[in-house]
Amino acid sequence: MTPAGERFASAEEVQERLGAAGYLADPGIAGVVFLGDRLGKPVLVEGPAGTGKTQLAKSVAEMTGARLIRLQCYEGLDEAKALYEWNYRKQLLRIQAARVAEEAGAGAAAPAWSDIEEDIFSEEFLLTRPLLEAIRAEDPVVLLIDEVDRVEMETEALLLEVLSDYQVSIPELGTVTATQVPLVFLTSNNTRELSEALKRRCLYLHVDYPDPEREQQIVLAKVPGISEHLAAQVAAVVRSIRRLELKKPPSVSETLDWARTLVLLGATTVDADRVRDTLHLLLKYQTDIAKAARELTVEA
Amino acid sequence: MLEVLAGFIRELRASGLPVSLTEDLDAMEALRHLPLTDRSAFKAALAATLVKSHSHRTVFDTVFDVYFALPPAGVAGLEGDRGASELVEAAAQSGRAGERDGPDAGDLAAQVEDALREGDDERLRALAALAVMLASGMTPGRPMGSSYYLYRTLRSLDLEGALERLVAGARTAARGELSPLEERLARDRFEERVAGFRAAVEAEICRRLVADRGAEALARTLRRPLPEDLDVMHATREDLVALRQALQPLARKLAVRLAHRRRHRRRGHLDFRRTVRQSMSYGGVPADPRFRRPHPAKPEIFVIADISGSVAAFARFTLHFVHAISTQFSRVRSFVFIDGVDEVTRFFDGAEDISEAVQRVNAEADVVWVDGHSDYGHAFGAFWERWGEEIGSRTTVILLGDARNNYHAAEAWVVAAMRRRARHVYWLNPEPRSYWDTGDSIVSQYAVHCDGVFECRSLRQLARFVEDLG
Repeated sequence: MTPAGERFASAEEVQERLGAAGYLADPGIAGVVFLGDRLGKPVLVEGPAGTGKTQLAKSVAEMTGARLIRLQCYEGLDEAKALYEWNYRKQLLRIQAARVAEEAGAGAAAPAWSDIEEDIFSEEFLLTRPLLEAIRAEDPVVLLIDEVDRVEMETEALLLEVLSDYQVSIPELGTVTATQVPLVFLTSNNTRELSEALKRRCLYLHVDYPDPEREQQIVLAKVPGISEHLAAQVAAVVRSIRRLELKKPPSVSETLDWARTLVLLGATTVDADRVRDTLHLLLKYQTDIAKAARELTVEA
Repeated sequence: MLEVLAGFIRELRASGLPVSLTEDLDAMEALRHLPLTDRSAFKAALAATLVKSHSHRTVFDTVFDVYFALPPAGVAGLEGDRGASELVEAAAQSGRAGERDGPDAGDLAAQVEDALREGDDERLRALAALAVMLASGMTPGRPMGSSYYLYRTLRSLDLEGALERLVAGARTAARGELSPLEERLARDRFEERVAGFRAAVEAEICRRLVADRGAEALARTLRRPLPEDLDVMHATREDLVALRQALQPLARKLAVRLAHRRRHRRRGHLDFRRTVRQSMSYGGVPADPRFRRPHPAKPEIFVIADISGSVAAFARFTLHFVHAISTQFSRVRSFVFIDGVDEVTRFFDGAEDISEAVQRVNAEADVVWVDGHSDYGHAFGAFWERWGEEIGSRTTVILLGDARNNYHAAEAWVVAAMRRRARHVYWLNPEPRSYWDTGDSIVSQYAVHCDGVFECRSLRQLARFVEDLG
């Protein structure tokens, strides 16, 4: 296993290259990605929904030219879906085939059981699942373990060996160790507290809503045909809405949807009426919409 | 450096952050890869390796500012700025800081306002340093808390007024053509800058205090509990805001955990008939016991809360919390009392915003009978008369209060009667255990009739209680 990577020279380089890949990172995000590479540690990304946690992993994969391997977590995820599984159908066929061959060429000594066993528990019959695939990959990969808070506490233990030692133990085969330390990202929406053991193995990154300047940059980069003035106004309105106490503040993706709609509507500037008419793109609860409309468009 | 870092981590642990040895080593390792001259990168690296939960971040920030204070803000940043450099000279001449905050303060306030309008961060930081130097009245060895200095500094600057003037300025700049929306946006922008400036002033005060007293001593005075450990009874206004923010995620997490536990509970009671039938195939030996399918009943909850002044904050939080996870119970009914009692479930039914409902409870519930001083005896009696019949065998009754009864009759028989009807009766007391049964507190008179009496002073204790309930 090669030691921890030196893919990047500095945090600034990470930021620059992420920018080139279309992800506008602030220095904090870039710094943690840089450290994750240097220390060879997974990065646990937490934050409100729709702030680009998953996108971060995708963009890192894109900028390093690595393959993205994604493990989507859900309740009930198990070893067979996350690590590896024996292809038992193929194993059965193999045994069957051996017997047929034996009967056809009568006289040849029947293969010993140990031979068969060795045979059917070989790599040929192994179905690799995302975690094992990432460990065994020869080419550069980025492993994304998405929404890790959805699996049960007990299932988290599956991840520990992979995350700390970059290896997978298969009883029949032995231990598979990574030839290179992949970049690993875990995302969590914080619906439950992750176990201490998992957190300890990771670097922690909290991605929050971007500040207005960065959000304006994001809008400018992602929405074609938007004027700088409109983007600034969009960012300012969204900032004001996020300051209210809402059930679900608008996420970055919702900001982008809103900005796109404004461009489609041919708006050059945001005024109160326009905000009121299009607020449902930003907010998804009726109470939130009513509250925001009241707060923003009525004289103070 | 190592020593400072070790002290820093010790302080984090003392504040309640779980920092393990591996994380400690990671932090050291991370610092090897970074230029130590970059303070924000340094801070980000420490945060990424040491702080693994966002709710711990404020504590981390405070401790970080104490141990790794900003370098003295360059007053140099103000050079070439004629008005400001005069002020700097004035400050230098006056020699000892804070001796004359009369005439300079006005000039300084104007400078600050100007910088706020421009949104010039460098200059604001320098001005913050200057303001602290001029107006805080800090002298070495003076044993005052940082909030005192903060108050003094800000008083001389009149930031509230500045904010109004800035918004008004924006209005005139647009020649009165500012729509309410634009005005609101401008106000939010300036408010954010003012908050930034405040933070700069605080950081500067903190830096000076560290220089005066040393990091360790200061950290001890600034030590703040984590939001979930805050004492609800003695929470300040800012604490309450922090508590409210911590409440929602905590409730969500707890709901997920309860739902999960309910779904995965393995087996129900022994099914005697099926076990016997099965045993026939083993010659009558019950080798294969059969179990009923689990029917985990969701408990019905009656919350009866004292909302008199002394424990009002606690009652509000408990009501909020219980209703936030009400999906985990078959029904939640809430009653509040002082010396009279009233049902307030109606405020929560169909209310989308729980905090709004809690506000209404305070304003509209009819809970005063005679004088508005706690009278547990009368309130319980009235409750029993009106709603006692509705307590059933699936009901869990939760009584909230400090049981400070103003020497009225206890009427503890009501609690005993409740317990006979209900599945469980619990009492949550927001006072520290050592205060129980002192003065007019009569917890133990009720306690003998309860299934459990718990000290419940922080969110953490509350969450643990509710989890055991579900």
